[in-house]
Amino acid sequence: MSDNFEPNIVAFLCNWCSYAGADLAGTSRIQYPYNIKTIRVMCTGRVNPLYVLNALQQGADGVLVSGCHPGDCHYMEGNMYARRRLGLLKDMLEFVGVDPRRFQMSWVSASEPHKWKEVVEKLVGETRELGPFEQFQRNMINW
Amino acid sequence: MTEKPKIGVYVCHCGINIASTVDVEEIARYAEEIPGVVVSKTYPYVCSDPGQVLIREDIENQGLNRIVVASCSPRMHEPTFRKTLKEAGLNPYYLEMANIREQCSWVHSDSEEATGKAKKMVAGAVAKARLLEPLEEKEVEAEPSALVIGAGIAGIQAALDIADAGFQVYLVEQTPSVGGRMAQLDKTFPTLDCSACILTPKMVDVASHPNIELMTYAEVEEINGFIGNFDVKVRKKARYVDVDKCTGCGDCAKECRVQRVPSEYNAGVGNRAAVYLPFPQAVPAKFTIDPEKCLYLTKGKCGKSPKCEEVCQAGAINFEQEDEIVEFRAGTIIVATGFDIFDASRRPELGYQDYDNVINALEMERLVSASGPTEGKLLIGKGEDQKEPKDIAFIKCVGSRDETVGNEYCSRVCCMYTAKLAHLVKEKIPDARVTIYYMDVRAFGKGFEEFYDRVRREGVRYVRGNPSEIYQQGDKLVVKVEDTLTATPREDEMDLVVLAVGLEPRLETKQITDLLRLSQSSDQFLMEAHPKLRPVDTSSDGVFLAGCCQGPKDIPDTVAQAKGAASSALMPLSKGMVKVEAQVSEVDESICRGCGYCVEVCPYGAIELEEVNQMGHMVQVAKVNEALCKGCGACVAACFSGAVQAKSFRDRQILPQIAVLGGLKDE
Repeated sequence: MSDNFEPNIVAFLCNWCSYAGADLAGTSRIQYPYNIKTIRVMCTGRVNPLYVLNALQQGADGVLVSGCHPGDCHYMEGNMYARRRLGLLKDMLEFVGVDPRRFQMSWVSASEPHKWKEVVEKLVGETRELGPFEQFQRNMINW
Repeated sequence: MTEKPKIGVYVCHCGINIASTVDVEEIARYAEEIPGVVVSKTYPYVCSDPGQVLIREDIENQGLNRIVVASCSPRMHEPTFRKTLKEAGLNPYYLEMANIREQCSWVHSDSEEATGKAKKMVAGAVAKARLLEPLEEKEVEAEPSALVIGAGIAGIQAALDIADAGFQVYLVEQTPSVGGRMAQLDKTFPTLDCSACILTPKMVDVASHPNIELMTYAEVEEINGFIGNFDVKVRKKARYVDVDKCTGCGDCAKECRVQRVPSEYNAGVGNRAAVYLPFPQAVPAKFTIDPEKCLYLTKGKCGKSPKCEEVCQAGAINFEQEDEIVEFRAGTIIVATGFDIFDASRRPELGYQDYDNVINALEMERLVSASGPTEGKLLIGKGEDQKEPKDIAFIKCVGSRDETVGNEYCSRVCCMYTAKLAHLVKEKIPDARVTIYYMDVRAFGKGFEEFYDRVRREGVRYVRGNPSEIYQQGDKLVVKVEDTLTATPREDEMDLVVLAVGLEPRLETKQITDLLRLSQSSDQFLMEAHPKLRPVDTSSDGVFLAGCCQGPKDIPDTVAQAKGAASSALMPLSKGMVKVEAQVSEVDESICRGCGYCVEVCPYGAIELEEVNQMGHMVQVAKVNEALCKGCGACVAACFSGAVQAKSFRDRQILPQIAVLGGLKDE
């Protein structure tokens, strides 16, 4: 692992809370690491666990799923489904030898830009320490 | 896919907002190389009229069939560009945006890194855009009525505007009377209008308006459905008084055996009976029995028989009355639930809990009001010792601009209501010595500065400093403070100290957010959809905010916002139709195995299993009701076979984006 390794993070954000929170971080000019690239979904309940694996296969060193706080879901309970499904996935990743810090979940509301920064900094920092993730990598799928 | 994608990429400079950090020309050159991209341009402001014309012309002249705009957040301008596509004759859902402003140029300072990230974001958007599909926007009829929650001045004004426009309004208020906080005020700053005099006509109007169904002493229990068709359930609490028979004479209250219940209307300064009219001008002028204080209702026994029942000549008392559930449908909703005042005991050093003569501003408001418990005479002490206070202090910013109590915001009204109360004190007790301790004076509104000057000319003394302690010495209160303009420590003796408490979100705010899926800002007030451009909208379509539930504001601002909310709420009502979500789920029957997991996870009951004939076999498959589906995609993630897909967020639209952001080299 080279000293200047910079991790590549793919994040799935729900439209109503975390994506809006990340937007507010922008409006407030709160600086955070550039390593994170976001994909907007309507709800974290939409995030198929396979997306997380797919991101790791396609070259991500870390993955984040972030949504509304439990109980605040725009669609009532989508984030609860996400918590169940992705919690299981996290356990399974650990079981097959993937450091669980590579896949994180967070609840960031539309009014928490500072929390968004903290979440990103933590994930980027931890993945940087863990180094590149190549166990799952496959060839790029040409869709 | 039938047609080959011809993608146009438009990279916005956004003035220097994007271009100063991200090399937009480099992005455009990079995008040009992506397969499928036929046009790649930059423009200073793509959202401007000429920017949109540029896109329209390229669609028409070059036959573009997919558009990628790399600019601000889709939460900002997605509707704008969808309209552009539509105007050029392209399906509006052939648009994808790359958010290179809020989530790139504004949050990263290193130009090289930001440009690198923006490239990936644009490539991801292109990858998704290639596989987008045309969607149909449908409309359903909207119920021509509105629900207004809260009947303070905001709710009253909003209800009147909607009703005057000819639509049915359901106005729900949790206390026994309409009027809210404004009814508690004596005079209003800076004009010194009598609050009751300007409010009561409106209160009477909402009660008598043919288009308004007023429900007081009622709470919204359940709201289901969406813009155009909200199903609302309201609980009208039992008043134990038959409102059709009650004449409002007040004999019951005079005779009631419980007379010492702190009056909510008088901010606890005066008392009321267990059967009560909140205040003389209350609307409706019907009495209510307080179920927590009434002897008969709490203990089952009140003397030989309840006095109220004995004296009521109209026979209106009815202890058998039960809560009533009312259900109706509303097209739009306005939330106008108001505020609470800061509890001054959370600043214990100011002695609010310890000393009778330390009061909060709302209590002061009731003391100086002609309709208050002292009929407007400002007196301190009890019984024979009652006297006029001569040295009176006001302390500002109690519970506002104070991180230690969790409220960083300015409550916006305290500077001016303090000036108003100081003026009223000087009017009632001309030789009173009034001192106002302040951090800053914020006199920003129309006529505010003039009023502040007037109050100072009247001899009210302003001392800059935030008191650290209030303690008793003999029959005086001592305010300990440093005058920060002269750096002098002072200990000023006072007869009465008034704490100018700030405004806080109501305790019930959480219930409202749960009921309507609303968000709260970091100050815990309800959050608007956009702080500048959509100040009365919320993230839930068809739900609007009015008044202090959204943040502290004075009466003119509240009325203005209420009128804004009313006009926004009227739009779908007067149009009669509302758009339903186009990005809904869809089932591929040929691979659905009919397990029904999607049916179970759908929060809206929008999916059902249905029997279909497949090659001569009757099998069960899932079927989406598009009118109910909101496009959250919970069913998609639950589906084992990939049969359910959310339009615009299909697996085959998201996975290519993941591949690009993952960024492995194509080998």
